[in-house]
Amino acid sequence: MNLTLKVWRQSGPTDSGRMVTYRVEDVSPDMSFLEMLDVLNERLIIEGDDPIAFDHDCREGICGMCGMVINGVAHGEQRATTTCQLHMRHFEDGAVITIEPWRAAPFPVVKDLVVDRSAFDRIIQAGGFVSVPAGSAPDAHSVPVRKEDADAAFDAATCIGCGACVAACPNGSASLFTAAKITHLSLLPQGQPERLTRARAMVDQMDAEGFGGCTNTGECTAVCPKGIPLDAIAQMNGDYLKANAK
Amino acid sequence: MKYAAGDEIRDTKAPAGPIEDRWEKRKFSAKLVNPANKRKLNVIVVGTGLAGGSAAATLGELGYNVKSFCYQDSPRRAHSIAAQGGINAAKNYRGDGDSIYRLFYDTVKGGDFRARESNVYRLAQVSVNIIDQAVAQGVPFAREYGGLLDTRSFGGAQVSRTFYARGQTGQQLLLGAYQALERQVAAGTVEMFTRHEMLDLIVADGRARGVIVRDMVTGEIERHVADAVVLATGGYGNVFFLSTNAKGCNTTAIWRAHERGAYFANPCYTQIHPTCIPVSGEYQSKLTLMSESLRNDGRVWVPLRKGDDRVPGDIPEDERDYYLERIYPAFGNLVPRDIASRAAKNVCDEGRGVGPGGLGVYLDFRDAINRLGRDAVEKKYGNLFEMYERITGENPYETPMRIYPAVHYTMGGLWVDYDLQSTIPGLFVIGEANFSDHGANRLGASALMQGLADGYFVLPTTIGDYLAAGPFGEVEEEAVAEAEIKVRSKIERLLSVNGTRTPDSFHRELGRLMWDHCGMERTEESLRKALERIPELRTEFWENVKVSGTAEELNQVLEKAGRVADFFDLAELMCLDALVRTESCGGHFRAESQDADGEALRDDENFAHVSAWEYSPEGVPVLHKEVLEYEYVKMTQRSYK
Repeated sequence: MNLTLKVWRQSGPTDSGRMVTYRVEDVSPDMSFLEMLDVLNERLIIEGDDPIAFDHDCREGICGMCGMVINGVAHGEQRATTTCQLHMRHFEDGAVITIEPWRAAPFPVVKDLVVDRSAFDRIIQAGGFVSVPAGSAPDAHSVPVRKEDADAAFDAATCIGCGACVAACPNGSASLFTAAKITHLSLLPQGQPERLTRARAMVDQMDAEGFGGCTNTGECTAVCPKGIPLDAIAQMNGDYLKANAK
Repeated sequence: MKYAAGDEIRDTKAPAGPIEDRWEKRKFSAKLVNPANKRKLNVIVVGTGLAGGSAAATLGELGYNVKSFCYQDSPRRAHSIAAQGGINAAKNYRGDGDSIYRLFYDTVKGGDFRARESNVYRLAQVSVNIIDQAVAQGVPFAREYGGLLDTRSFGGAQVSRTFYARGQTGQQLLLGAYQALERQVAAGTVEMFTRHEMLDLIVADGRARGVIVRDMVTGEIERHVADAVVLATGGYGNVFFLSTNAKGCNTTAIWRAHERGAYFANPCYTQIHPTCIPVSGEYQSKLTLMSESLRNDGRVWVPLRKGDDRVPGDIPEDERDYYLERIYPAFGNLVPRDIASRAAKNVCDEGRGVGPGGLGVYLDFRDAINRLGRDAVEKKYGNLFEMYERITGENPYETPMRIYPAVHYTMGGLWVDYDLQSTIPGLFVIGEANFSDHGANRLGASALMQGLADGYFVLPTTIGDYLAAGPFGEVEEEAVAEAEIKVRSKIERLLSVNGTRTPDSFHRELGRLMWDHCGMERTEESLRKALERIPELRTEFWENVKVSGTAEELNQVLEKAGRVADFFDLAELMCLDALVRTESCGGHFRAESQDADGEALRDDENFAHVSAWEYSPEGVPVLHKEVLEYEYVKMTQRSYK
């Protein structure tokens, strides 16, 4: 396959950035999207150009590190897929592909396609945990958990923190990410004592980071590689309201 | 390559006496640090996976001042997150006869009698607490309808002791540790440094006192000093270029510590996992594992005849070779990882492999689908089938999966004593970065157990014993400056070569060489060839590598080049270690050491020891042996026939 790529190049946070066109030839349909970029980058290095910086690590769809907007869609058009698990066989020979970084004010561009997502860590720091010291937990069987609850908690807990939800949201909202963690912990007995304070603290932190509000557009869940449902946001809002009513 | 014989290592600090009392004894004898003094003690933890994340969180919780470093953009990305299968614990919730002793026994045997009894026993003891800890944190393990925890069985064990969270157990356990860590960050006990890479260890007055790191965004070289340093930087399987490791996994931190005096133990022990998706082309950047649980229902086969290129459906039953069932009738497709991997290699070497390049065997669900129905198979393995289809473009319900062995986990690492302290006082090494608990092979679901045992329970106790003598005062400026200059000059050297080959092209060539010569099967001849070729390739690297950009910016080529440079030195030591160990054990198969049936032949008389290598700047490593004694588990030849 031969492709034309239009890639966002930005040398640093203060650079204004621009789209640059590259041609890539002999792309195998079995390549992952990132491997296709690897091949281009090797060529750029040899030619003395600056290779395209992008984040990636596990390349198994679970670490959440990779992420780019491909043809206008976060992680590309294939549903429930991270960029590292997107393969070139889904593109036509001769296609023109645009590649851009996540765009949201709280995710400043570091370089090219690399953005700073540390705001997510700060949302977790605000309360995305159960306050349990190490070393002296009660026996695991002392608190039974309904299977349905454990399964639902697991569904929410699979969020990989990639940030596609923010990139896809017209408001730049981090609601799906924040709600996934709040839902995970609020469905389990272990998460109950801090349930309302957690919801309030995490939502407040999300706002403080500059993420936009949620208007139930649903773009977030459409691009989420792990299929976190919109219901999570309803759960978050419910807990947040209760927390503030007290 | 020459090496020298050094003194035997006699003291591992493991207490004597009955094995079940040793950890209690050690805990009681460890000095305590009073809470007011903990605040005055600084600890650096490098790496934020299961081991590093849980260690930093626990040390912060205890009251120490902790600095935590990782190269990713968030501690939540560490590669522990990709572990699929589960975590073992001797809870005996099933009442199927499990016990701490049985978990200990299985793990020592699974490690092919090359792990330490004292360490493994402690691991089995602590496993019970790990599950309690994780559940209390809200890790959503699978549950039964009665609300209690579900378990499943896994390779190498006859009891059901593996706790799991669908196929994403590593992810959930890591997020538990990550959340505990972020809680400490918020509390101010842990200071987090993301996108920072450790490039050297500061050793002053004979003690580990800090690290030199590079801020990967600005390129700034920073010095951080402390009273103790903990390395939790994972394994080095990426020396093979293609492996199941994350792309960023590297050896730099432990290798630089090795250069500063930490012994490197059993570098040649590599675990090969039998069920990976095969390599599809030259451009391939990594390998993806298919869970071992597939072998519960899938049947492994290749065509009987060499070069049979018919599609699998056209090959009649009597022209198929279900080789695992044929050679190992008792265990069939469920033989352990090292056995299954080697059998696959053998049939491919005979020219009967399938798929591009002939490096693959079929994992066929036809019979399972006929027997159980497609729905039942989909319910059990649906997500794995989908993952396979996504990567290969083939539908495994209609055509058999193709699998091939791949490098998965490294059992070697920095040598540590029972306290998890390296040969440099004040340098502690935990998780996959150390060598201590797995022997020559590792059973499924035991790596997660080790990472969390080290981080939550073992290190926080033993490091206190060391820190009780602290704080250790100002660090000599000379030692810090020397380390910093070394780091800077290496970076400058990499940038100044300006050759014609990319770091990746060297890495790919080194990896291929290691796979062919020090991979699933090693011979004296192959290892000698590798030892001849590696220095040539390294020379070419330093003369012809091309690193674009500058040191004062985010420069992924520079990062890569530095890591590849260290892989060269490690690769050489791995080959030397493999050459000296003229026995087969676990994932280390020396072709010269096999029995009449072609099975791995251990040599307990000459090799029941840990090989701990001391670095020598002159290029003549010194081999120190630590004799392994088995008081509780009798050494026997493993057989699965």
